[in-house]
Amino acid sequence: MHPILKLVAQRLSLGILLLFAASALLFGLTEILPGDAAQAQLGQSATPENLANLREEMGLNRPALTRYAEWIGGILTGDMGNALSNKLPIGEQIGKRLGATMFLAFWAALISVPVAILLGLVAVRYLNRWPDKVISGSTLAAISLPEFMIAYILIFVFAVKLGWAPSFANVPPDMRLLEKLHSISLPIAVLTMVVLAHMMRMTRAAILSVMQSAYIETAELKGLSSFEVIRRHAFPNAVAPIVNVVMINLAYLVVGVVVVETVFAYPGMGQYLVDAVVKRDVPVVLTSGIIFSAVYIILNMIADIVSILSNPRLRHPK
Amino acid sequence: MSSPLLSVRGLKIGATVCPPDAKPHDIKIVHGVDFDVEAGKVLGLIGESGAGKSTIGLATMAYGRGGVKITGGTIFMNGRDVLQSDWRDVRNLRGAEVTYVSQSAAASFNPAKRIMEQVIEAAVSQSKFSKSDAQARAVELFRKLDLPEPETIGDRFPHQVSGGQLQRCMTALALCPEPDLVIFDEPTTALDVTTQIDVLKAIKEAIRDTGVAALYITHDLAVVAQVSDHIMVLRQGEMIEYGTTDQIINAPVDEYTKALVSVRSIDHKEKPPSGEPLLRVQNITARYRGTKFDVLKDINVDLHAGQTLAVVGESGSGKSTLARVITGLLPAREGVVNFNGRELPPELANRSQDDLRELQMIYQMADTAMNPRQTVGTIIGRPLEFYFGLKGAEKQKRIKELLDEIEMGDGFIDRYPAELSGGQKQRVCIARALAAKPKLIICDEVTSALDPLVADGILKLLLDLQKVEDVAYLFITHDIATVRAIADSIAVMYQGEVARYGGKTEVLSPPFDDYTDLLLSSVPEMKLGWLEDVIANRKMQSGGN
Repeated sequence: MHPILKLVAQRLSLGILLLFAASALLFGLTEILPGDAAQAQLGQSATPENLANLREEMGLNRPALTRYAEWIGGILTGDMGNALSNKLPIGEQIGKRLGATMFLAFWAALISVPVAILLGLVAVRYLNRWPDKVISGSTLAAISLPEFMIAYILIFVFAVKLGWAPSFANVPPDMRLLEKLHSISLPIAVLTMVVLAHMMRMTRAAILSVMQSAYIETAELKGLSSFEVIRRHAFPNAVAPIVNVVMINLAYLVVGVVVVETVFAYPGMGQYLVDAVVKRDVPVVLTSGIIFSAVYIILNMIADIVSILSNPRLRHPK
Repeated sequence: MSSPLLSVRGLKIGATVCPPDAKPHDIKIVHGVDFDVEAGKVLGLIGESGAGKSTIGLATMAYGRGGVKITGGTIFMNGRDVLQSDWRDVRNLRGAEVTYVSQSAAASFNPAKRIMEQVIEAAVSQSKFSKSDAQARAVELFRKLDLPEPETIGDRFPHQVSGGQLQRCMTALALCPEPDLVIFDEPTTALDVTTQIDVLKAIKEAIRDTGVAALYITHDLAVVAQVSDHIMVLRQGEMIEYGTTDQIINAPVDEYTKALVSVRSIDHKEKPPSGEPLLRVQNITARYRGTKFDVLKDINVDLHAGQTLAVVGESGSGKSTLARVITGLLPAREGVVNFNGRELPPELANRSQDDLRELQMIYQMADTAMNPRQTVGTIIGRPLEFYFGLKGAEKQKRIKELLDEIEMGDGFIDRYPAELSGGQKQRVCIARALAAKPKLIICDEVTSALDPLVADGILKLLLDLQKVEDVAYLFITHDIATVRAIADSIAVMYQGEVARYGGKTEVLSPPFDDYTDLLLSSVPEMKLGWLEDVIANRKMQSGGN
């Protein structure tokens, strides 16, 4: 078998194994959470009797392993079950929420990834001169501020003072694309600022480390211009670390947007999960959790595979 | 007479260095050097590391590594002052009029791009040739440089060809844009001698056939004698001597040049073996974990107390692997190692403290073999504590003795490795090995990274210490001159087997086996026309067969 196929197959099986491990971990963690859905629903009016009844009704009394097996079995067959709190099918709910989150993440990534890489290249080209300093300084400032802070500043300036963009990111399904984009412009801006610095700095560092190589000197002695040296000789060899950091940030855009979604009241996965945790709605928490895990694992697996593919020694063995 | 192609006058080069514990300051690397290169001629630049050879070579392309700056003088190339040119002219000069061949082609080729793309890049981007013309020219050069499959070798990636082949590809890269001048910076230094001779021949013929001028930089006088018309000897940034190749080799004037020419003056008579051997390597076969290929096949060698066994061979011959088996880093699959009358456990973990103490090792890279955060005293003191439990004044006394033995003196006790020269670092490593009072020291290419004169000093020291301490050396090297200088017996290794083994005189005297013959005849001699003689000899032999 071609060594690449073998490596990719290895990564894939490792990913699946990891996903199972994550599911067990998630389940274990929800088990040790204090309180349960019955308690959360009954609240102050809980008596030992109706608690026991509700638990029986929700199926919380059965052994943990049985519940775990049922849950995993359900996911594998595409049936995610119903929420405990409102009895609605989880699959349908998550479908809508995940779509909204992906929509936001997609547009934020579409802007931030190219901008980050371009800024990284520019910073290397003008290393230690003012463009580098301005880029490094401003992106560092953006990453150092908490997201909600950036969000409120943007809301204050662009929504309240200037009135250019709405402070609530509402995207009903019948909205036209341009209107939707206008509606989520502020959340996109916040997310872009947050992930930009990390990706840009990593791109800069990766290219800088490649720039120390002897083949860069060869390229410079061929009389190529600085940008050509970076684009043709440095960048192809810096792809692996750059893809890695891009993937981590893409995962963050999907998984880590809780704060931003809450600030802008955006109906995505983050809000849904927070809501479910409050209600101790374990099936929803578990299913959201496993979807987040899957996103992380898949994106990192793609990064791994791209790294492998970008290595000519593996692509073209002797 | 027409003006020379390259004319350098009063060239001064400096650099800003930033030592870890001090303020950045400026140093001078080259202190005013003058030379000319005529069209179609080859000038050899020779000197030890730090002499400023590469710096001068790169300066002719208006290039300085790291913080290197040209601080004075003029460089006229094709009648134009390189140092007064704007960046556009400099870019037109690089890769078109002047090209560069570096020491390590393996590092100088971009691993992510195919060879052809890189070979024609300068010619195409400088618009000297169209893409298809440049490719045709590259194939022609590949053929001229004796590369296998010249039509298709350009489609390969750098890691898919051997080191010697890649070095020839680098020469093709430099010649492809039809430059007026090529800078060869130690182009054969990283190669095995048998490979070096092919590359040297290819370079020499390419220079002759294309009529290009060259600046040939090397530390190896025997190599430069084969290719250059004139030689300039440099030392610490100053010109020591300049003359025709014939004059420099046969009638050097300056003392330093004389020393360079007569280097490796050690005359060491082999000692006959007596008594039981100290080390017996018997039927050793070994392979690395997870591989299906024996790196060592049925190795048998002996080494007597107080003697030196030189293990000589090219890269990949298995000589360092043999050291790993003896030290226990790589347990053998078959065979035993007997040491001092006892059988050594194959695994390092099962060896006693005495096994470890009596068998020490010195490495090629003294730099990486020492902790940069420890002083010389701590480095040498560690084995004294570990093996003999020495402390306080007793330990200090022994450290001073050892420093005296390596001819350095106790002024070095509180110095850090970074403050030492390459030769001094290697001496400290020797002292550290001696501190354990070993019976055998394995020396793995210990002089390969050093300048010839410094290496000579280390070899003399090792021989002196052998007399005093009665220690045996297993001396691993690829360099025949080193072997001649130090060995009592020799094992020639080739592809994991011992090709020839015996006393020094016996091994180095005819009749030879094919491989030893090839190896010995490939070692450059400091003699004009040596290269042509060897090539003519080989042609005759292969014609006769």
